Amino acid sequence: MAIDPAVIGKVLPSHEALAERGRLRFFAKAIGETNPIYSDVEAAKAAGHRDLPVPPTFLFCLDMEKPDPFLLLRELDIDVRHILHGEQAFEYHSPAYAGDTLAYTSTVTDTYSKKGGALDFLVRNTEVTRDGELIARLTNTLVVRNPKAQK
Amino acid sequence: MKTGDVLPQLELAGISRTTLALYAGASGDHNPMHIDLDVARSAGMEDVFAHGMLNMAYLGRLLTNYVPQENIRSYSVRFASITPLHGKPTCTAAVTKVEDGVAHLDLTVALADGTVTLRGDAVVAA
Repeated sequence: MAIDPAVIGKVLPSHEALAERGRLRFFAKAIGETNPIYSDVEAAKAAGHRDLPVPPTFLFCLDMEKPDPFLLLRELDIDVRHILHGEQAFEYHSPAYAGDTLAYTSTVTDTYSKKGGALDFLVRNTEVTRDGELIARLTNTLVVRNPKAQK
Repeated sequence: MKTGDVLPQLELAGISRTTLALYAGASGDHNPMHIDLDVARSAGMEDVFAHGMLNMAYLGRLLTNYVPQENIRSYSVRFASITPLHGKPTCTAAVTKVEDGVAHLDLTVALADGTVTLRGDAVVAA
């Protein structure tokens, strides 16, 4: 079942997320990052940062802090068990640090099918800002497996 | 940084259930397909599998080991295949082009059996 192209242009509810130091330390632990600038504020400051830097992919994680991260999938009647992360891109404009409150605004920019409808794609662009300043742009492509589709 | 430079590769230990539980909590990605065997089986999978973004975070470590993070202009990947439980990813990067003050890197994550799980590229201030 192809995703209705009417979803293109849909703007998702915006949200704000605080980059917490404790959370960044937990993330560093989870990915095995041992460089002290990602866990020790003094080491970060000695390296010229004003606080712990938000690591390159963590901006994606704060997007999951919205009240209902699977809202769009439910609205589109997509089973969360059938999604795969297809592609992810980050364009960085300004560094983000622990203590920053970041605002997220996402827009659905494309949807298309491949393999005779066995795979649907859903593309979303997200702007991340801090006090109105652009921090980064994220592009997320989800793949939806349709187990019952004709091959 | 010059064309042909190969960054020191990053070899990870096998991804355990603990790794995935920690990553789910730390990343905020609670998709049960990565942490709940019952749900994975109900979707026809043999077992849970790793978050694609865990691979992307590992590869990010390789980049920030090599260049100051603020030099990274863009970083994008395509997830080519899933990383099964106990898979041992190896992250590699090579400089393909340096011009106009920026270096372009080709990025790959592969498993011990040669399966490529991720291909990507990054642009960094040279």
